[in-house]
Amino acid sequence: MRRAMFFWVFICVFAWGVASAADTPMKVGFVYVSPIGDAGWSYAHDQGRLDIEAMDGVTTSFVEAVPEGPDSERVMLNMARKNYNLIFATSYGYMDPMLKVAKQFPDIVFMHCSGFKTAKNMGNYFGRMYQARYLSGMVAGAMTKSKILGYVAAFPIPEVIRGINAFALGAQSMNPDVKVRVVWTKTWYDPATEKEAAKSLLDVGADVIAQHQDSPAPQEAAQEKGVYSVGYNSDMSKFAPKSHLCAPIWNWSPFYKEMMEKVQQGTWKSKSYWYGLEHGIVDITPMGSMVPEAVQKRVLAKKDEIASGKAKVFVGPIKDQSGKLRIAKDTPANDRELLGMTWFVEGVVGTTQ
Amino acid sequence: MFKFIIKKRQAPLVWSSCLVFFGALVLSLAVSAIMLALQNKPPLTAMVLLFNGAFGSLLAIQDCLIKAVPIFLCSLGVAIAFRLQIWNIGAEGQYVLGAIGATWVALRFPDLPWFVVLPGMLAMAFIAGGLWGLIPAVLKLYMRANEIIVTLMFNYLAILFLDYLVYGPWKDPVSFGFPMTREFSTSAIVGKIGHTQLNWGIILCIFSGVAIWIFFKYTRLGYELKASGENIKAARYAGLPYHRLVMLVLFLSGALAGWAGFLEASSTINRLQPSIVVGYGYTAIVVAWLARLNPISIGIASFLLAGLRVGLEHLQLDLQVPAAFGGIMEGLILLTVLAGSFFVDYRISLGKKS
Repeated sequence: MRRAMFFWVFICVFAWGVASAADTPMKVGFVYVSPIGDAGWSYAHDQGRLDIEAMDGVTTSFVEAVPEGPDSERVMLNMARKNYNLIFATSYGYMDPMLKVAKQFPDIVFMHCSGFKTAKNMGNYFGRMYQARYLSGMVAGAMTKSKILGYVAAFPIPEVIRGINAFALGAQSMNPDVKVRVVWTKTWYDPATEKEAAKSLLDVGADVIAQHQDSPAPQEAAQEKGVYSVGYNSDMSKFAPKSHLCAPIWNWSPFYKEMMEKVQQGTWKSKSYWYGLEHGIVDITPMGSMVPEAVQKRVLAKKDEIASGKAKVFVGPIKDQSGKLRIAKDTPANDRELLGMTWFVEGVVGTTQ
Repeated sequence: MFKFIIKKRQAPLVWSSCLVFFGALVLSLAVSAIMLALQNKPPLTAMVLLFNGAFGSLLAIQDCLIKAVPIFLCSLGVAIAFRLQIWNIGAEGQYVLGAIGATWVALRFPDLPWFVVLPGMLAMAFIAGGLWGLIPAVLKLYMRANEIIVTLMFNYLAILFLDYLVYGPWKDPVSFGFPMTREFSTSAIVGKIGHTQLNWGIILCIFSGVAIWIFFKYTRLGYELKASGENIKAARYAGLPYHRLVMLVLFLSGALAGWAGFLEASSTINRLQPSIVVGYGYTAIVVAWLARLNPISIGIASFLLAGLRVGLEHLQLDLQVPAAFGGIMEGLILLTVLAGSFFVDYRISLGKKS
């Protein structure tokens, strides 16, 4: 009798323990490089965060506008000290700091966006934004009259260079003589500088402004001048409705949910994830009404081809600015070449320095 | 009718100046708390979080000390120049040049043992930062160029030079084209002290702080500097070597900022990359004035400011307060404390209008 009672008490305590362990929510932390209200890069990640916040047994938090140096290391360190289970760092410069923190906390899962280093408990991830950029380039190439496209770009790093090249190739597929003029702002987020850069491109005759920044300032500059623009990160049409042709955008929710589930189930493994149109992680917004039906159809058909793997963006022959053949005829560039891309394709005006 | 009469105090306040400081601090924290309440965040919890995040544990204090190191060295540097009424706005660029100088040694001699490499980096950072400060001094003295503008412009030059190096000749070949140098070899990294998070840079800070304090308090040159700063014309009349003093302060100023750059590159980032530039050179100016150019107060002010910034990160993480609020709060505190220092020097009384 007494033994049976002990047994039941034990079972109850055990069950309570298990139940409360399951009830303890997973804590997920995000580190952002810019404020989330920017409609840009961090905003797109934060939309993904909100979707995993809605999942059962998950709480999330974030620190925004974290500089990419020692400060980011401390922010991640404090998340780890506060027993976060999964930490996403969403800027390239967080790679080495994250690696250092990951070594100190082997039980926490770390995910770094846009870098190349991994560890046993640190994976990395990115999206093939260049695929969506190619599509947006097609739209821009079809819409330009001056055959000069302007591109306001942040830093001459492979991610941005790859995007410019894809954009140029897309534009050239619709309009072979198109030139893409690039201005570097050397900042991710500085609306005033971005706007000035866009204006300088408008002054040299660009009639479509594309961008790789974290704010819609280039869109606003284009709308003021009465020309078209291509946004980035999220649908920026509300900032410049008359000028916004389309935007290559991020959709992190499916990926973040997938990682969250893997960590919850204990099946997560360190890996490099590089998803594309096929996973919906990158996409293109609905095109504005100024884009002719025929162009829209062509772009969407291309999107299906890329998503299904039938077409690839970087397939030779592709020459660089000096006319040197960089990607041989009929061979697609491999991921290593794409990740380390530091040269512009023919038809881009600007330097990669 | 009444009117306010503002009078300069005859005897400087001593203990009451602490009171003024804390009064200003409490006022700005109260305003911040009200702003938090308006955002539906619990103000009291937030203040406790802020304090705990900054100073509540040994780990937190170490975090703050690490963060305070570059601010302290830059600030100590600009304060020397300010003593002579030379307005060095260029700590940012001098910091960058120091980092570049140190990196040159680290990349050039990766295989030498640490007891050769680290002193070499220390010396190179000192010289590179110092020379970057010396150029505006020479331009000021011999070409009458305003040092405020020249030092400020030199910041942009330094940052562009840094960009050139990390995007060009010093780029790490295995970084996939990302702008950064190769990681330093272990002999070029300033290590951690025992099992703490702190690195030996903190010792360099203490040494610099004490040296500067002794310099001003007990050396003839230090005295000449202070005297010249009080009244340049009188100092010249008394035959003090103004030209040499200007060059000296700008060199020293730059050299200390250079050391800050060396420590950031070596101990915390372990390489040179553009994100080393985060505005410490400008923060240093505020800190120097907050501390009224006194080396010991600069130490305290750097630590407190670092604490505020670290604490604000905790506020963001735990309460999801926007980052912009951190900036507002920092601005509020600096504004009230600087405004409060007015009452240390001046007395306000009410008088009748005649």
